[in-house]
Amino acid sequence: MEVTESWYLVLGALLFIIGGTGLLIRRNPLVMLMCVELMLNGVNLTFVAFSRMYSDIRGQTVVFFVLVVAAAEVVVGLGLVVAILRRQPEATADDLNVLKG
Amino acid sequence: MVDTIVFIIAAIICLSGAFGVILVKNPVHAALMLVMTLFGIAVQFVALEAHFLAAVQVIVYAGAIVVLFLFVIMLLGIDVSQKLDIGAMKSQKIAAFGFAGAGLAILGFLINRVDNAATGRPPVGGAINDQTANVSQLAGSLFDDYVYAFELTSVLLVIAVIGAVVLARKPTQAQLEAGAEPEGSDA
Repeated sequence: MEVTESWYLVLGALLFIIGGTGLLIRRNPLVMLMCVELMLNGVNLTFVAFSRMYSDIRGQTVVFFVLVVAAAEVVVGLGLVVAILRRQPEATADDLNVLKG
Repeated sequence: MVDTIVFIIAAIICLSGAFGVILVKNPVHAALMLVMTLFGIAVQFVALEAHFLAAVQVIVYAGAIVVLFLFVIMLLGIDVSQKLDIGAMKSQKIAAFGFAGAGLAILGFLINRVDNAATGRPPVGGAINDQTANVSQLAGSLFDDYVYAFELTSVLLVIAVIGAVVLARKPTQAQLEAGAEPEGSDA
């Protein structure tokens, strides 16, 4: 069997679905952030697969930007988790509604 | 043949790691499962001839982001980070299964209907040239065509760093006193 680019697209979609399901089903904010990373990685794999499919380097350039956004998102997200738990040690993801203005 | 074996092994690593992240109770184990998935994806990047991105995937994701996760878990203490996890609500479970079912249904539909997603049109710009190394092509695209976007990402990173510093700062005495007022009085 020949590996075509569609196989990578299917794998990327599966990672996205697993990540999204985990994001909805888990309530630990740390694990929820990891699930966001899974979704981003599924998308990255899709971008690289399309880059190969169309032999266009720009798909890989986009992945670079996604990496930067993912890093920034994790830094701010974990900072929020630490700051909230310092104020309210028993906080869960539900208690983040205190963030509303 | 080798391609197929590599793809299947890396895909199994990716998917089992992903299931591990969402199913394992201990957040430390979830972070290690995430590393497994990221390595699997790095292997897929190599198979797709995105060599530089494979290296960046291991260095930035597995090396920096997961370490940041583990650092925060250790900072909070394992018991605290585990106590954060309360069981899923019923509506949450319904939403999650709905999402998974809808996603898999769309995926199955697409696999059935779309034989070849490619339009067959040549790339408009930035075509991959087999003679040049992957890194130099990526650099040409990043520092030439998308240099403004690249500079903007540095602004984004500076904002993220400043935001993290502001969030992680210990509240001053005055802020603590202001926060000691009854909850919701200033909401």
